[in-house]
Amino acid sequence: MGYYQEQIETMGRDEMSALQSERLVKQVQHVYKNVAPYRKKMEDLGVEPGDIKGIEDIEKLPFTTKDDLKDAYPYGFLALPLKDCVRIQSTSGTTGKRVVAFYTLHDIDVWEDGCARAIAAAGGTNEDVCHVCYGYGLFTGGPGLNGGSHKVGCLTLPMSSGNTERQLTFMTDLEATILCCTPSYAAFLGESAHKEGLTDKLKLKAGIFGAEAWSEEMRRDIEKALGLKAYDIYGLTEICGPGVSFECEEQTGMHVCEDHFFPEIIDPSTGAQQPLNTKGELVFSCITKEAFPLLRYRTRDITMLTQDPCSCGRTLTKMRRLMGRTDDMLIIRGVNVFPSQIEAVLVGQGYPANYLIVVDRVNHTDTFEVQVEMTDEMFSDEVKLIEKREAELLAGMKSMLGISPKVSLVAPRTITRSEGKAVRVIDKRKI
Amino acid sequence: MIMDQVSVFVENKPGALSEITGALAEAGIDLKAFTVADTSEFGILRFLSDAPKKALALLKMAGWVASLTPVVAVKMSDEPGSLAKVLKLFAEADVQVEYMYAFVAQEEGQAYVVFRVADPDGAVALLESSGAITVASIAK
Repeated sequence: MGYYQEQIETMGRDEMSALQSERLVKQVQHVYKNVAPYRKKMEDLGVEPGDIKGIEDIEKLPFTTKDDLKDAYPYGFLALPLKDCVRIQSTSGTTGKRVVAFYTLHDIDVWEDGCARAIAAAGGTNEDVCHVCYGYGLFTGGPGLNGGSHKVGCLTLPMSSGNTERQLTFMTDLEATILCCTPSYAAFLGESAHKEGLTDKLKLKAGIFGAEAWSEEMRRDIEKALGLKAYDIYGLTEICGPGVSFECEEQTGMHVCEDHFFPEIIDPSTGAQQPLNTKGELVFSCITKEAFPLLRYRTRDITMLTQDPCSCGRTLTKMRRLMGRTDDMLIIRGVNVFPSQIEAVLVGQGYPANYLIVVDRVNHTDTFEVQVEMTDEMFSDEVKLIEKREAELLAGMKSMLGISPKVSLVAPRTITRSEGKAVRVIDKRKI
Repeated sequence: MIMDQVSVFVENKPGALSEITGALAEAGIDLKAFTVADTSEFGILRFLSDAPKKALALLKMAGWVASLTPVVAVKMSDEPGSLAKVLKLFAEADVQVEYMYAFVAQEEGQAYVVFRVADPDGAVALLESSGAITVASIAK
């Protein structure tokens, strides 16, 4: 449907490459000069800013990884003095894995442009009421879509997450036409609306759903339950937040805002750049951001890129639906979960790390169970003591992860070990 | 008297109890009394036997999580008021009973009640000093 920045969104390939080249050359100079850890990486590879003459030279640049960000926490990858920054956002992860991202006014502008493009592509105009129930705060979901909605001129409902009853009241009373949240929450809202007999009162026409992977089947169910067309959106805090890429009405993948975020697919084992329509790890370079301009950031997300013509008229490169991860990170109810975090809680409370994470999706909502093998340390002949230890584990996991698993105590040696190595995750979700 | 009770963690699934009792039977261990505490998620099998240390070692070898807990076994006549008498003594002395279970003795008209308390020695002393109650061995 509508374009927000038509000239960019429908730009010819040559023109786009020229724009990207110009921006990358400038950005590499900025990063080399101001980001010590990245300059060191370039020096180690023997690459100088002068070697980067255009976007085709991007392969010469070193990658940035989540570990690099962790090592440099919090200011190492900051490219401008703090006085030039106006905002911080952060990932949902824990101390060990947390990423803090910095924004100048310009960076927020770039980010919100991406979200505005997504809303416009979903048919949003200044006639719409845009209901945002992504979390607001450090999480980028709420602030990003909120800003994009302002830019498009929608009447914005900054609902944030939670309190489903109030969500439905505002949605129906104020006749929201666009809904922004995670797909699983959208499914839950659909069910709740049905239960409350509110389905007929909904005026929704479009939904912009992201922050977790979802299936085509789930999309159709949500569309039916809420009477809207569901659009996927992608982003990550390291790059800016939602709006790095967004879906159009063709619903066959997400157009990347490649005038700001240059996408590549690499072979995760060799790092070699892969041709279009080849599956591999998605890598982004921020070619316009000022404060936190990551270059060749490895997302660990697996997908493929395509430049096949799109019926929407956009020429922006499209990334297909996410096809998995290269690491062991799980996204459960929109929250990033690493098995190592579960392990840290167990070990921290004095127990061996014998556990199994079981994730499933029931009625479009993720279920999250952590099975913990009973040990001598945890055992007691008294039920209340075992239950107390179980509650402490649950509290520890909730505080570590931000979401609550169901903790189940199982008999020792019941967790499958293959070739001496335990299977830590069973993900039954069909995405 | 104070006896060693074996407690075993039992996951809520069919066959778990049968596996444990089967292993004990194979080793010729005689169960004197037992009880199962259950929650919605798991259970704890607690039992008295003629060879608690052997039973514990055997279960641990087989991979079960188990422990030994000293409990107080009290012999009382199998008639109304016996248990009430003991519990009254405990209540007056502020002895908290975490759990208890009972079984009928082989001797005619006698019963045993097993108490789990924080201080078993104190409880035995209390019962013996009351004079009214026999704290006796059940292992014959």
